[in-house]
Amino acid sequence: MTTKEWIKQKQMNTHILLVLLSLIMIYPVIWWIGASLKTNAELSLPNIFPSVPQWSNYVNGWTAIPGHTFTKFFTNTFVIELFSVAGTVISASLIAFGFARVKFKFSNLWFSMLLMTMMIPSQVLIIPQYVIFFKLDWINTYLPIITPHFFGGGGFFVFLLVQFIRGLPRELDESATIDGCSTFGIYWHIIMPLIKPALITVAIYCFMWTWDDFFQQLLYISSVDKFTVGLALRLFMDSQSAVEWGQMLSMSLLSIIPSVVIFFLAQKYFVEGIATTGLKG
Amino acid sequence: MKTRQNLTGYLFISPFLIGFFLLTLFPMMQSLYFSFTDYSLLQPAQWVGTKNYMRMFTSDPTFKTSLGVTFTYVIFAVPLKLMFALLVAMLLNKNMKGMSFYRTLIYFPSIIGGSIAVAVLWKNIFGIDGFISKFLAIFGMEGIGLVSNPDTALSTLVLLQAWQFGSAMIIFLAGLKQIPKELYEASSVDGAGMIRKFFSVTLPMLSPVILFNLILGIINSFQMFTQAYVITKGGPVKSTYMYALYLYDKAFGSFQMGYASALAWVMLIIIGIATIINFTVSKYWVFYESGGDK
Repeated sequence: MTTKEWIKQKQMNTHILLVLLSLIMIYPVIWWIGASLKTNAELSLPNIFPSVPQWSNYVNGWTAIPGHTFTKFFTNTFVIELFSVAGTVISASLIAFGFARVKFKFSNLWFSMLLMTMMIPSQVLIIPQYVIFFKLDWINTYLPIITPHFFGGGGFFVFLLVQFIRGLPRELDESATIDGCSTFGIYWHIIMPLIKPALITVAIYCFMWTWDDFFQQLLYISSVDKFTVGLALRLFMDSQSAVEWGQMLSMSLLSIIPSVVIFFLAQKYFVEGIATTGLKG
Repeated sequence: MKTRQNLTGYLFISPFLIGFFLLTLFPMMQSLYFSFTDYSLLQPAQWVGTKNYMRMFTSDPTFKTSLGVTFTYVIFAVPLKLMFALLVAMLLNKNMKGMSFYRTLIYFPSIIGGSIAVAVLWKNIFGIDGFISKFLAIFGMEGIGLVSNPDTALSTLVLLQAWQFGSAMIIFLAGLKQIPKELYEASSVDGAGMIRKFFSVTLPMLSPVILFNLILGIINSFQMFTQAYVITKGGPVKSTYMYALYLYDKAFGSFQMGYASALAWVMLIIIGIATIINFTVSKYWVFYESGGDK
């Protein structure tokens, strides 16, 4: 065997290994799609797709919770998302610009404080925060979930944007200052357009994490008409004595579609986001 | 001019400052105070000194159970996840066609992993009627619902965590790409085989990234809540009763907010100690290329 053939053989092996691995990883998801179309009796069978697809699982699942349809739950979740993502993008970019571009006293101290906040387990804060929101009479509204997003939405996002802004040449700011641009003008007209990719990364992460942040939703929202998709799914699962797995799996499958669509549309931002913050620290 | 600049800077970071004082620092202080009180939200807090902490360590078996469950979970889930992540990252770190396609498929479970939806899926797959159970029945292991069996329930949660190694994998992948090719070439010249290269080049060069993933992994796994809450509700017989779950039940189930705050501070201290140990031990195995300036 020549070296070339040997390399080819080795590459082939890697491909086979990776195909197998991808299949194993993705198998539960594929099974899920099939299972969402199955009857309860067919669920435990090894075949992926049912003999007769039960599209009624989707129709009945959508209205399975008495009094409200999943239209309501999806709308609720999107309302929370809209405010959360907007709040995070605006506030995190302002804060990041301040840290990355403005020289002020104790900026290093505050920046390390910001990084420290990322390490604090949320359990330590959750009880006093709940008490505060309780006293403000905000329980069973979306305010406890949305408001924190307007204060930077967590150190991670600010950190990501600071890293990104620091990579931009400072001459841009200087020449803009000479042209008579204010600091806010630099932020708005120069930096903001340039950090668009990073802002998209922030927006996607914020969207997906808010979507999955079951704990906050569980804590603060109690009436069914305000339920998010996640809470509705939990209610669905707990409220039935004879579980309609087909319906439940179909609804839960629908609930991941927004995240999946965003993931495929903006894949490169994802990978960049993880790699930047993970390594350039 | 200087004052003006200071003012501008503080104006820009003011959202952070407001959030930091109102939603982080103040709650933290308050939580510390609550941990020394009896507090139930509707009645004012009553100072009880170290009673909560004493109770935890002397007369609360559930505290020990949940701590044990959580430690077991962390000890199995974190290394398993990191090992998968590293192995797969090394497979993907090749100059071949189709790599980004594989990466997407392998990363996919990680983007949906934290959701309720996946918890529903898991509960079904590993349930008594789930296909895993039926699959085991073929080999004569009839009627095993892995989720409803106290011996195996926790391992299904570990498996779920390990299935989502995507983020760690991408961080490893980025780290692998930064290892200079010359190092591998030089070791080839010296006659090193694949395994030798892994231990003498890859591992040391990647060790800062491993440390980063390890610390993050421990912090996150220690706070695991959603999946246990939805899939097993802590059962059967408290075999998956995670610490965060216990804390939640105390705080918002029976409204013993003083006791729950004490639980939270113990958690903070444990995570802190774990992180310090990690950093201390890291001196012996983490290799910093340029004399530790990273």
